[in-house]
Amino acid sequence: MYIVVVGGGRLGYYLSKALLNEGHEVVILEKNATFCQIINDELGGVCIQGDGCETAILTKVGTGRAEMLIAVTGDDEDNLVACQVAKHKFMVPRTIARIRNPQNEVVFKELGIDVTVSSTNVILEHIQEEVPTHPLTHLLSIRDQGLEVVEIKIPAESSAVGKRVKELPLPKGTRLALVIHQAQKPKVPSADTLIRAEDRVIAITSSEMEEELRNTLRGTWTSPQTDG
Amino acid sequence: MKIVIMGCGRVGAQLAGLLDSDGHSVIILDTDAYSFRRLPPDFKGTALVGNGLDQEALKRAGIEEADAFVAVTQGDNRNVMATQIAKHIFRVPRVVCRIYDPLRQELYSTLGLETLSPTTIFAQMLRERLEG
Repeated sequence: MYIVVVGGGRLGYYLSKALLNEGHEVVILEKNATFCQIINDELGGVCIQGDGCETAILTKVGTGRAEMLIAVTGDDEDNLVACQVAKHKFMVPRTIARIRNPQNEVVFKELGIDVTVSSTNVILEHIQEEVPTHPLTHLLSIRDQGLEVVEIKIPAESSAVGKRVKELPLPKGTRLALVIHQAQKPKVPSADTLIRAEDRVIAITSSEMEEELRNTLRGTWTSPQTDG
Repeated sequence: MKIVIMGCGRVGAQLAGLLDSDGHSVIILDTDAYSFRRLPPDFKGTALVGNGLDQEALKRAGIEEADAFVAVTQGDNRNVMATQIAKHIFRVPRVVCRIYDPLRQELYSTLGLETLSPTTIFAQMLRERLEG
């Protein structure tokens, strides 16, 4: 696949290295001459000096035949424009933008960028995951389906403790995919699987139901049906 | 009219002064408070420190009730992004954006943004002056 990468910073460099290893044809556009030189010394002549938002340079590298453009500069506005120019001027089918300000996720989506990756959010999630008391971690979002894969730790005071999966008032469209009990091997839960304190549950849910799921697994509630 | 201007450079400051003396309610945003020195001494509008790419800053500037939004910072991409936020997220009825790069200006005007390229305009003016 022919891929244009805009931005030859650390992210652009490692991304391109990985894409090249997978056998893709990659060109990197980077404004800074020194960065260009370093990349070309390390990866072979794949980096061209220029502004990835400019039509002239994008034409020069044959963006018209690119199947994907990935904009990973440190500035959200530059990534937005690079993707929009690629999309509307060169009809690149897939554009991916890195964003730093998590607020911009909504903006970019509204403005037609296919995929956004918020580096700040990704780092935040990973750090939060390592904080033992963190209640809910997003592992993955399947955006076009509106689905979230989350990990939830069951606190001792939760009403879910001592209940079987079938007794839990799980929100609509939510599935528990794995239950991990302390150091044991993860189990795919059945209706009769018992939830215990300190279990980690991997669940698939929708973005709207996430809060409800969190309440079910971590909050206190009374059983919806009498004696369940 | 209530008008939000992003960027208090020479053009932004001058425009703010003109619109203000025409009786409009003007709010001008810049990331650097020092740039407000360019505003005329009798400016009656509001000067606000903030980044026009930040939705919170735009809200503080009253973008939700604004009739018009103008982006005149030094960065083409910043102007383009802020203008699109104003138009598509906050639904400001009238937005105008300065883009120095004529090719980018052409592209965004076909995408429905009201854009002006000082490069094109000034080159044409100079040509007319020299040829006319």
